Amino acid sequence: MSILVNKDSKIIVQGLTGRQGSFHAQQCIDYGTQIVAGVTPGRGGEEHIGVPVFNTAHEAVASTGANVSMIYVPAAFAADAILEAADAGVELVICITEGIPVLDMVKVKAALADYDCRLVGPNCPGVITPSECKIGIMPGFIHKPGKIGIISRSGTLTYEAVYQTTNNGLGQTSCIGIGGDPVRGMNFIDCLELFEKDPATEGIIMVGEIGGTDEEAAARYIKDYVTKPVVGYIAGVTAPKGKRMGHAGAIVSGGEGTAAAKYAALEAAGVRTVKSPAELGSAMLELLGS
Amino acid sequence: MNLHEYQAKQLFARYDIPVSSGDIADTPEGAVEVAKRLGGSLWVVKAQVHAGGRGKAGGVKLARSLDEVAAATKELIGGRLITKQTDAAGLPINIVFVEAGSDIASELYLSMVVDRAAEQVGFMASIAGGMDIEEVAEATPEKIVTLSVNPAAGFQPWQARKLGYGLGLNPQQMKEFAVIAANLYRMFFECDCEMVEINPLIINAEGKLLALDAKVGIEGNSLFRHPDLVAMRDTTQEDARELAASEHDLNYVSLDGNIACMVNGAGLAMATMDLIKLHGGNPANFLDVGGGATPERVAAAFKLILSNESVEAILVNIFGGIVRCDVIAEGIISAVKEVQVSVPVVVRLEGTNVEKGRAMLADSGLAITAADDLTDAAKKVVASVA
Repeated sequence: MSILVNKDSKIIVQGLTGRQGSFHAQQCIDYGTQIVAGVTPGRGGEEHIGVPVFNTAHEAVASTGANVSMIYVPAAFAADAILEAADAGVELVICITEGIPVLDMVKVKAALADYDCRLVGPNCPGVITPSECKIGIMPGFIHKPGKIGIISRSGTLTYEAVYQTTNNGLGQTSCIGIGGDPVRGMNFIDCLELFEKDPATEGIIMVGEIGGTDEEAAARYIKDYVTKPVVGYIAGVTAPKGKRMGHAGAIVSGGEGTAAAKYAALEAAGVRTVKSPAELGSAMLELLGS
Repeated sequence: MNLHEYQAKQLFARYDIPVSSGDIADTPEGAVEVAKRLGGSLWVVKAQVHAGGRGKAGGVKLARSLDEVAAATKELIGGRLITKQTDAAGLPINIVFVEAGSDIASELYLSMVVDRAAEQVGFMASIAGGMDIEEVAEATPEKIVTLSVNPAAGFQPWQARKLGYGLGLNPQQMKEFAVIAANLYRMFFECDCEMVEINPLIINAEGKLLALDAKVGIEGNSLFRHPDLVAMRDTTQEDARELAASEHDLNYVSLDGNIACMVNGAGLAMATMDLIKLHGGNPANFLDVGGGATPERVAAAFKLILSNESVEAILVNIFGGIVRCDVIAEGIISAVKEVQVSVPVVVRLEGTNVEKGRAMLADSGLAITAADDLTDAAKKVVASVA
């Protein structure tokens, strides 16, 4: 079992014909993901890396029965692409694009409320269910089918958690990079809810970072609703206040969003926290007692 | 991207938000000219730097004569202002804003930010203007009114009333305030702001509302569509190394320590700083070289790191995803040679072809130590400066 995506997921790629889109879509195809169509306005009717290209997401979805869209279009056009995909009827949009203006995302989030469509990202590595479906830019080979669900605001820290749980034999059910932007699609709580319900997931690793209060909200949710063991790590203990640390959302402002406050909230909720990202895998192994 | 007070006030004026009248100058003579033009017998000379807390730091001076305007300007221009929001070196004062003195009946506070939890633009208003709002929130939270605006509906009159009555305004002021707040909301979206703060928003002797100070931040991701605002950027107010980094598309933040780091990915870069601290060292910077970690970028990153004289060792931490470790190792070796790195370099590589990459580093004949894993890397780099 898994969450969000599996071997039956059919994916369209918005921005397929761009350099990044082509490269990463090919990597996904090589992993075994069913990429069924691309969308590039003006290029409808062409074929690109063996995939048919359509002018609109609506045509692509209608022709292929796709249920997921992966977005690689440039930041200036990404908000438009997300809403087009939602209106075309996919149930899941995964937006890899980095650098979308935050007020575009404010409007997107308000508009998405009208659709039965989940959004992952933007500014994220994507979602993978090992050996079944990779949608995004993560290196496929470090993953291994198994029993841990991983949720992270950071790309490379997701890979750390994945790699450690692959090496110690636990493996992963699904891994979700929720992205480093301040306003984004699925949050920790949405993912925790799905992993809690997924029978194959036995433990959950969540990787947070400074900025905002989503980890604190997740901690309250875990306390009330999550029965599975959770390991948590927060990046940015040493980050100075008021400085943006790479990710648009990674900033401590007005005394809010410190790593210390997040750790305290997670610990109060019974989450096993680690102060080093090198201990994510071993802490989970210990909790599961195997 | 932050704007200066005078630039923020220009923006306000464009949106019919009342501001105190004034102009900028960069010499005492120029300041006197401005004061003469403004007329009256009381002026305020304000240092233009990208930091709050200017008043308490001596960056805002009252002048009761033209001589005092000149003297205040002379004292400020060319100096550096150190406020509670700057580092110990402070920020250079190249420009002052000279404005007509205002008779203040009362001081209010009004700000807007993107409320991350609500995922909407949020307003905050307080009758405790002229004070540090964080302190007000701490000590007297009942003096603060907040709300957030649904972007589909836009800013509504009831929201102006909720804020305005929370500020204790009379009916005439309420009308003025409703216009100010609605215009600010329009400006916030049209200019892609990430923060707008008016502290204080005053009620003057005639009972009129006026923005006495103005702070505006433009959201970085939106700059591609605002060339007019980008033209307002003042790079003298930015950290020189952070500025150089941005020219190479590197993400760099200066810190106080002596162990530099170079990492791919923002999250892992933060985690690497934390690991150095956890193992008893002090990080000198945050640096994300991005996914590619190409030889050119790595070389640029080494140069940047070494321009900080406090750096005594470097930790390179790369999780090679799609890029192979041997390619990354090659990039590191050529960069270390090219830049003539003179301090110990500890490298942690993970990913495809990791053994080959580590062997290449070990055989390079350079002062590069290959680490087995994250923890080993942190321990080795901390030991190298002990």
